[in-house]
Amino acid sequence: MTATQSSPLTLISKSASTKTQAVPPLVEQLKGGLDAPICLTWELTYACNLACVHCLSSSGRRDPKELTTAEALAVVDELADLQVFYVNLGGGEPMLRKDFLDIVDHAVSRNVGVKFSTNGYYIDKAAAERFAATDLLDIQISLDGFDAETNDAVRGKGSWEAARRAMDNLADANFGEFKISIVATRHNVDQLDDYKKMADEYGAQLRVTRLRPSGRGVDSYQDLRLTHPQQQQIFRWIMDHPDVLTGDSFFHLNALGKDTGETLPGLSMCGAGRIVCLIDPIGDVYACPFVIHDEFMAGNVRDTGGFASVWRESDLFQELREPGAAGACASCNAYEACGGGCMAAKFFTGIPLDGPDPDCALGHADEAVAAASAAGVVPQPSQDHSRRPVTLGAKPS
Amino acid sequence: MPSGSADAATQKRPQADHPLAFDSSAKWERSAKIGLRPEPFGALAYHFDTRRLVFLKSAVLVQLVDGLVDHDSADAAIEAIVEPTDDRSRQAHVKALASLAEAGVIEPVTTAISSVG
Ligand code: SF4
Ligand code: SF4
Repeated sequence: MTATQSSPLTLISKSASTKTQAVPPLVEQLKGGLDAPICLTWELTYACNLACVHCLSSSGRRDPKELTTAEALAVVDELADLQVFYVNLGGGEPMLRKDFLDIVDHAVSRNVGVKFSTNGYYIDKAAAERFAATDLLDIQISLDGFDAETNDAVRGKGSWEAARRAMDNLADANFGEFKISIVATRHNVDQLDDYKKMADEYGAQLRVTRLRPSGRGVDSYQDLRLTHPQQQQIFRWIMDHPDVLTGDSFFHLNALGKDTGETLPGLSMCGAGRIVCLIDPIGDVYACPFVIHDEFMAGNVRDTGGFASVWRESDLFQELREPGAAGACASCNAYEACGGGCMAAKFFTGIPLDGPDPDCALGHADEAVAAASAAGVVPQPSQDHSRRPVTLGAKPS
Repeated sequence: MPSGSADAATQKRPQADHPLAFDSSAKWERSAKIGLRPEPFGALAYHFDTRRLVFLKSAVLVQLVDGLVDHDSADAAIEAIVEPTDDRSRQAHVKALASLAEAGVIEPVTTAISSVG
């Protein structure tokens, strides 16, 4: 310890902002990468019973190359050996895998906590009771509108009812504190107070995350993204509700606090390939769940050396851990607060990776986004398992 | 599922049900509910019950957390493990341990008083 006033410890849950000190601030160290990811998402299948318009993995059909049960259990063992504390399981709809419970049970038995993300269709009473009896398990149910009309326009008819039924079943089974997860769109951002009340009534925890133009979201992003006044609105709302989880996904909005010195709780950096990564259903390892594109694919868990060597040695991840240049954001006085935003959001809107976030709260990307979309130069995801073209349902007025 | 579950993993969980006042003259130990993973900057601790992630930002702090159990008090552990032990660094480590106690990373050792004669 160097002789400084600051404590040698940071509780990430409070805020990662470190005082000036002789050792590099924690955020700088995290940018250099960790021995194993903190936030690992593992999508178990591309199969899904729904077809949400903003699905980040363009899910629908199962891929014949998906990991077998034996391969999946071996991945769990590897994660346990790396001391990955917990995984975020998703899909597709992860409960569609016949060996879903085997994978969960194996992870838990190896002390790898599980949070899984589901649309709730398959959480009947029996499943809810089974989950309630499982340790180290956290469930996150997606609901993208407080009412059926708003939700079903994005997630499909009947999906609101299914999600609410799943929540009822979990509550009846005394599961405890599950999570209700919302992707903030211009149609549901006014409903956040209602959502909060609902979560409180269930004894659940609310999680609000940012919409990104990934997967099928490439096509629906322009219709669903927050307007500039709504960005102000959600910034304030999150500041006022520190107990709501955000996955630190709104750090690009910290630009709005540059004059008052306000910053949203959590890390203000892109963690792709540094502390975050994705294992997709066929074992491909991407820098982040929101960049399913060849350019961000680092390797496969089936390669020699497995996941660990992809994480530690792949050229792509090494590169992502290098300090980045500020590019077009260099002249912006909010750069320190916002860090230039989300790599995935830039990539899929055709903005250079050192350019401003397409949702730059100061509006510095508005022209570039419009130009790229008019010229039709936005990249498409390299995996598409949609069953059929998916379009936005009747939009709530 | 399209629910965005990437991002950095900062959980804002409510704190342990019974936050304990930190008494540095008492004996402490690392909680059994903690996973500790060595990292270049020190270690990453994860509390399996509260699901909180905590950064231990120096190798010495990691040694201290692991070494607590070998000493009769947190003060004694600091004296033995932290160098140099000037007032400032002692205070910084007491403060760090207090935060770790609050986060449930370390727990007081309760010596069971048995009546074995
Ligand atoms: S121009 Fe760049 S740094 Fe400035 S607010 Fe926009 S995204 Fe952030
Ligand atoms: S690319 Fe975007 S979503 Fe992925 S880690 Fe970076 S900021 Fe987060």
